[in-house]
Amino acid sequence: MTKKILSQKFYDEMDQLVPRYPTRVALLLPALHVAQAETGWLPPEVMEEVASYIGIHPAQVKEVASFYTMYNLKPVGKYHLKICTNVACCLRGAEALVEHCERKLGIVCGETTRDKKFTVMEEECLGACGTAPAMMLNDDYHENLDVQKLDGLLNGLE
Amino acid sequence: MAASESMYIEHFSEESRPLDYYLKKMNGYTASKKAFGMSQDDIIGEMKKSNLRGRGGAGFPTGTKWGFIPKQSTKPKYLVCNADESEPGTFKDRDLMRYTPHLLIEGMVIGGFAIGAHAGYIYIRGEYTREAILLNQAIKEAYAKGYLGNNIQGSGFNFDLTVHRGAGAYICGEETGLLNSLEGKRGEPRVKPPFPAQAGAFGGPTIVNNVETLTAVPYIINRGGEWFAKLGKLEKSGGTRLFCVSGHVKKPGLVELPAGSVTLRQLIYDHCGGILNDRKLKAVIPGGSSAPVLTPDEIDVIVDIEPMMKIGTMLGSAGIMVVSEDYCVVRLIQRITKFYAHESCGQCTPCREGCKWMEDILERIEDGHGREQDLALLLDISDNINGKTLCALGDAAAGPVISFVKKFRTEFESHIRGGKCPNA
Repeated sequence: MTKKILSQKFYDEMDQLVPRYPTRVALLLPALHVAQAETGWLPPEVMEEVASYIGIHPAQVKEVASFYTMYNLKPVGKYHLKICTNVACCLRGAEALVEHCERKLGIVCGETTRDKKFTVMEEECLGACGTAPAMMLNDDYHENLDVQKLDGLLNGLE
Repeated sequence: MAASESMYIEHFSEESRPLDYYLKKMNGYTASKKAFGMSQDDIIGEMKKSNLRGRGGAGFPTGTKWGFIPKQSTKPKYLVCNADESEPGTFKDRDLMRYTPHLLIEGMVIGGFAIGAHAGYIYIRGEYTREAILLNQAIKEAYAKGYLGNNIQGSGFNFDLTVHRGAGAYICGEETGLLNSLEGKRGEPRVKPPFPAQAGAFGGPTIVNNVETLTAVPYIINRGGEWFAKLGKLEKSGGTRLFCVSGHVKKPGLVELPAGSVTLRQLIYDHCGGILNDRKLKAVIPGGSSAPVLTPDEIDVIVDIEPMMKIGTMLGSAGIMVVSEDYCVVRLIQRITKFYAHESCGQCTPCREGCKWMEDILERIEDGHGREQDLALLLDISDNINGKTLCALGDAAAGPVISFVKKFRTEFESHIRGGKCPNA
């Protein structure tokens, strides 16, 4: 392989996990999480590097990465909004949140703004139904939302 | 319920998270100490006596499940906690993990000891990033004080615990899909048999238990299976249960009550303040979105496994979603079906194709382009999915469609005949 993209921190973190699993392939999901935290998404070169670390074929990495919605196979914005539109959230007004986001940011779900600042997605149940409607902003949950709260949140993002 | 009968909710706050709280206020790590002095058979016997049934949805007796582990097997055994919590309407395990992480850790130590496992994994849904961090902090505390790792509390028993994050796939809540995901593969369910107790994680005998199930274990060991069994108000259901109530109620949230002690009507009107804006009730989805829907005349049912089964639905993961009169049920079932179509792993043709077809048909009915024959077609497709797939996702998609069409047929018909959604 050519130049490495992932940091020494990635390799250190992974090496610590090795004794936790009886097989090396089991490191794949953790490795993709740690890699994506560094690079924001999983370009082919990063998947190749993960494959080479674990000792599997890059196609095997892609096969697995593409199965799970949390692995970004294309770049996402600095702020990744995932609005839950499953049943409990829809019953409490999630559709209005999606419409507001789309209108305010000028994109539709699945898209990223041209300045690469925002990506908006519809999300399946986040497990926050008692505090619906809920969304994720990067790794954090925001719950008991309404359009006003969401608007305030968006306005506060640099 | 007397305070002494609350196992969980009284501890649901930030203050109860640290090890110190667990040791002082919850008799922390005394149950595992006690368990180390018991035989594996005695622990499993106590679990059987407790009438604890799996809280993830299937409701299988936990003691019986643990008893399935083949003792003579020389392969490494594993205990896996299913913390994937992805059944829509379910939100109890998140609070258990963020507020009482040590209860889960201790439950896993005892479970590991009882089945002879030296490694455990908590498979937590990827979105619970913060909860995974909190769990890892608690695990670190437990290692530092000798409640995890080698020679736990001087017992000679070793147990390592690892948090494994999922990455956004409903199907990984299915236990064999989960095991594949743990092994670094796509989360596609496996053909059974072999069941996980014979060949589960990494080919070894494996027990997979839900978070709420495992957090009951320290209580059962400390206070006895009989105490736990008596908490429940129905013969076969022990302990308390966390009911997740959401949707159109005034006070959504978790309610903890003895198993079998409450009707759906009492939960909605007495514990959750009734219907939002004092509207009329239209429908209740009683056990996560996979459960067939109930109408207002059916809510005097006791919210437990058998009473729910008797009226053709299920308690599942106790995710109760309440719908008021002003919400369109066609829109509702369309959204539910879209979820299953999205989450179908694609292995089995009836589920992969059928869920998508059902979604398309429901979408055109909701949009006012439905055809007269569409309802028969929906029932035909669901019949071709039901029971014809490797895992329960197919049934989970078909059951609700059948129940909505049967119980709200006139609403579907008015969409089709009127050429639009009457609520739009």
